[in-house]
Amino acid sequence: MQKPLFPLIAKQATVRRRGKVLVGPVDLTLGGQGTTIVIGPNGAGKTTLLKMLHGIERMNGGVLDWACPIEEAQRRQAFVFQTPIMMRRSVVDNLAYPLQLIGVARREARARAAHWADQINLGDALERSAMLLSGGERQKLALARALIREPDVLFLDEPCASLDGRATREIEEILLRAAATGTRLIMSTHNMGQAQRLADEVLFVLHGRIHEFSSAKTFFEGPQTAQADAFLRGDIVE
Amino acid sequence: MADLLDGILQALWLLVTLDSDLVEITLRSLRVTLTALVIASAIALPLAALLAVRRFRMRRITIAVLNALMGLPPVVVGLIVYVFLSRAGPLGVLGLLFTPTAMIIAQVVIIVPLIASIAHQSLRELWSDYHDLLISMNASQTQRIKALLWDGRRALLTAALAGFGRAIGEVGAIMVVGGNIDHATRVLTTAIALETGKGEFAMALGLGFVLIAMAITVNLAIHWLGHTETEGRW
Repeated sequence: MQKPLFPLIAKQATVRRRGKVLVGPVDLTLGGQGTTIVIGPNGAGKTTLLKMLHGIERMNGGVLDWACPIEEAQRRQAFVFQTPIMMRRSVVDNLAYPLQLIGVARREARARAAHWADQINLGDALERSAMLLSGGERQKLALARALIREPDVLFLDEPCASLDGRATREIEEILLRAAATGTRLIMSTHNMGQAQRLADEVLFVLHGRIHEFSSAKTFFEGPQTAQADAFLRGDIVE
Repeated sequence: MADLLDGILQALWLLVTLDSDLVEITLRSLRVTLTALVIASAIALPLAALLAVRRFRMRRITIAVLNALMGLPPVVVGLIVYVFLSRAGPLGVLGLLFTPTAMIIAQVVIIVPLIASIAHQSLRELWSDYHDLLISMNASQTQRIKALLWDGRRALLTAALAGFGRAIGEVGAIMVVGGNIDHATRVLTTAIALETGKGEFAMALGLGFVLIAMAITVNLAIHWLGHTETEGRW
């Protein structure tokens, strides 16, 4: 039995670049269940916050504590970027790469990759170069590549930005399946419909700080702060 | 004009008759340069990838020095290698001076900075694409370098070809350390220099055309093998 990964506790976590505070100080405790949706205006620090929690953005102050040792925690999480990063190799090799990194034999890694490619409807494109995929296919590939190691927590940075309705629905289906099997999702989005469909709890970020953090029901029915209320109504929040 | 025409005719004649001296010299040229290219690539490509993924204190200086060394005067490299390999030098006991091995050493020294510099330019771009992804996936330093070398292989081929071009056409250094000894260390470039000195322009031109034809053939062959021009933007 693996040790629990959560709760994740951030204390006074801060990211500064060139003297400007991008995120923080953030005090936050994330529990082990459900889907957390991060919303907020552009430039509020959603991306930096997610990257900081994931551990790929260097912190300039404060601490970030997982319930298990940091090396183990790093192995058990994955990240999907806003612009999918395609490796310059075939679809199947892209999918198999994370497995090969942790020592899965090439043949087995490719078999599992082929299985995942089927699930995201790229089963006939295994040997095609990932650089030739469309935007939606790229994001699905990036998502499958992040899920292939069966992470306990998956961070997603606006995975459906600039995708159409159909591609968004496919991505959401994959996410719901992952969530159903116990993967903790922490995801930012600008799509309020999507936020309402997926969220168990909502993090409202403004000016690099957590402005409001509550359950989805509470947040969407009666936001506690004026800014969150304005944001939900579609006003421009600055 | 007559010289040029004569040269072309003589080159054709040498080729058609498979002149034994010409074949010997050409094969030696190829052997020396290809060996140097393989050794230099084995040093320069991992070095380029390391410089791309690793942040260490001397990194900027190393890159600047590599760039500067791209313009290393071959004759000076020849001289330094000569000093090292000569009887009285630190490596004199190996008895390598005036052998093809000495020529390979000199060529390796000349093309390592060139290949490393060009390779680093393209790997740096690839790394800026891959940076977040590979760190997010927890790839180790060695795994990052491997991924860069493998996914950047087409750009690296270009770097290697530049190295080949410089090495195959190089004359100053291999003249100094090889000595242009007939049937031992004479290669195309040193033979051309010799024939020109003797006033045998036709022969010199003939050898020159063979050299150019060979450089083009090797380039085309490697491009064809690597499918460089056929697969989209890689």
